[in-house]
Amino acid sequence: MTILHHRGGAAGSLTIRGARVLDPGAGVDALLDVKVEKGVISELAQPSGKKSAGKGVAAEGLVLAPAFVDPHVHLRTPGREDEETIASGTAAAAAGGYCAILAMPNTSPTVDNAAVLGALIELAQEEAVVPTGFMAAISRGLAGEELSEMGELAEAGAAAFTDDGHPVYSASLMRRALQYAGSTGRRLALHCEEPSLSRRGQMHEGAVSAELGLAGYPSVAESVAVGRDLALAAYEAQPLHLMHLSSRESVELLRRALVDGVEVSAEATPHHLCLTDEAVRSLDSNLKMNPPLGSEQDRLALIDALKSGAISCIATDHAPHARQEKDVPFEAAPFGVTGLETAFAALYTNLVEPGLIPLETLLDRLSAGPAHAFDLPVPRIAVGEPANLVLLDLESSWTVREELFRSRSVNSWLLGQTLQGEIVLTVAAGRVVFGSERVVA
Amino acid sequence: MTEIHLIEGEARAAEAPKRHLISIEDLSSEIVERLLATARNFSRSLEREMKKLPTLRGRTIVNLFYESSTRTASSFELAAKRLSADVMTLRAIGSSVDKGESLRDTTRTLSAYQPDVIVIRHVQIGAPKLIAATTSAHVVNAGDGKHQHPTQALLDLYTMQEALGHLAGLQVAIVGDVLHSRVARSLVQALNLVDASAVCIGPPALVPRAFEQIGCEVSSDISLIETADVVYVLRMQQERMTGGENFVPSLREYSARWSITPERLRPGQVVMHPGPINRGVEIDPRVADSAESLIEAQVRSGLVVRMAVLYDLLTQGPVSLAPTVNMNEVA
Repeated sequence: MTILHHRGGAAGSLTIRGARVLDPGAGVDALLDVKVEKGVISELAQPSGKKSAGKGVAAEGLVLAPAFVDPHVHLRTPGREDEETIASGTAAAAAGGYCAILAMPNTSPTVDNAAVLGALIELAQEEAVVPTGFMAAISRGLAGEELSEMGELAEAGAAAFTDDGHPVYSASLMRRALQYAGSTGRRLALHCEEPSLSRRGQMHEGAVSAELGLAGYPSVAESVAVGRDLALAAYEAQPLHLMHLSSRESVELLRRALVDGVEVSAEATPHHLCLTDEAVRSLDSNLKMNPPLGSEQDRLALIDALKSGAISCIATDHAPHARQEKDVPFEAAPFGVTGLETAFAALYTNLVEPGLIPLETLLDRLSAGPAHAFDLPVPRIAVGEPANLVLLDLESSWTVREELFRSRSVNSWLLGQTLQGEIVLTVAAGRVVFGSERVVA
Repeated sequence: MTEIHLIEGEARAAEAPKRHLISIEDLSSEIVERLLATARNFSRSLEREMKKLPTLRGRTIVNLFYESSTRTASSFELAAKRLSADVMTLRAIGSSVDKGESLRDTTRTLSAYQPDVIVIRHVQIGAPKLIAATTSAHVVNAGDGKHQHPTQALLDLYTMQEALGHLAGLQVAIVGDVLHSRVARSLVQALNLVDASAVCIGPPALVPRAFEQIGCEVSSDISLIETADVVYVLRMQQERMTGGENFVPSLREYSARWSITPERLRPGQVVMHPGPINRGVEIDPRVADSAESLIEAQVRSGLVVRMAVLYDLLTQGPVSLAPTVNMNEVA
């Protein structure tokens, strides 16, 4: 069963010369020429310094790594094509260095039946620039009342199941979902939130919410749900993926579950890893997301877990919103920010440069980590592997501007900021899907 | 006074960043002192038979009220009129706001009349900041959601100073629903600016977590009002007890434990309330009507303090209240 779909086209041949090839999973860190023929890595060689046949990229001084995998993207299709389409969202993914993404099912209509899923897969085969998989809903209409037909959805190509945007409200339905998903071979990915605690919370409950008067969303609203779902997963001996973790308490529960042998994977977002609730003082609606930005303690706990591997995935939770919907007072704005095109640079700037995590860890959590969690092909730089490559210029700094985005939406928390680290070239499934003018011209 | 708004193009370019009053954080203790002194001067002028001053003649002030308000709206309107400004008060009900026009578009429409000041009351936090980023007028926050109500805090300081003769060293007990109160937030910050201290007392769920970090003590023990010079009572809203919120078990229990009664006060303490009051809920009618109550004085202070704010924004030099916020840059 193919999980990832894209528009295809002829696989390319090119040679990337003289880059520092860095694939932590394959144990490679060397200056090499990487030759790709018909989309497959055909040769890794000592840099020759001379031009060979085919397309060539002079990559001296740059880093070549396995391209990224994003397990959490909102493509807003069907229903809100004004905010994002498969074409625009995957073009954004390509510009962000991704070779595979998984899209969320909270669209209109919801991806909770094989017909909608089938139509999306066909559309991806026509217009997805980057291989794209689709998660399907756990419950019909994300209402948390009846299970979707997970068996048929899995056969139709669902990558995993999630009610993202909503928790699975009832513990009983959650238990049934775990039991049933086990028979489909697909994992559940959970948005953990106890709604009777988060209520109408607008931001993390703490000193900043107290001062601003914004309704607080306590960190225990997440961890209480994480605790419930981990207990159920342990009891049913089923795997689980925890989405966009944001609090120290949740990280502690995750660690304990891993020690106890629960098969659990987890993701954190660039915004939760880079920002805290202090940023919300600006009342910029591009700092409003669910779960909300936590305290510095929460952030440091996430970074620690990312470093140790307890959190093995970085997920953007790329959530495009129309300009007019975000251009309102904070409380009136919807939750969510974009992230595909800025994830690497934001994390390189805020985590790697200050020495909080090594570059190798960042590259692993952006690529192999999420691929393993969802049983997707792991991008590798080795002879015989399909070319899934990202070329990075760590010396380059750039300023985030609306005009640079390929996404249809511009609700980025990074607008106006200068970041270190630029994506120069992305090769996905053997095709050059993004190249800045300096290498492709 | 130079009528700089008549040569707008050139003047704007040379002007310092537009000043606004959006939050108490926009003020320094010097500016607070200046505003209170200006208000005292206006208070004396109001004792005359002819109460109108020509100071802001030819200036335009727009009051934009998206939330119901009696005292704040009337106070701003009268303040503008006493200073001879042209004033226009718009309420959200019955205007194009009802037709779904966005806050930014409404602001742009009103800005086409080139108002000098926009006074805004809005249910949503941050609305005044959004307006400040859209208009070239000065913006005064007349209350945004549960966030800030800076002119209320200023009039409270003025009232305390008039009644007690000084501000530094005063102890103020703020009692009641702190969680939902923009008045409490602004007042604690304002008291800190003038070296007075605050203790916030209320049911545990109605005092926000970590509230002490904004600069006050926090407790649920009503007996702590004993040492206070001023007991500042907050409005307890009926809806806090309904809809499964359960902030407190009942209004009856709230009153029994936190209502300000003559028995709970000691001689020499004064009582304040931002209004409107719920007699018999957060405040005993005997207290509200007593000589110790400054509630009516607060309303009178509101007029002169708002005159002082409008005057200060439109006539003082570029001493900063808050510089113009550009939301696009912030983003």
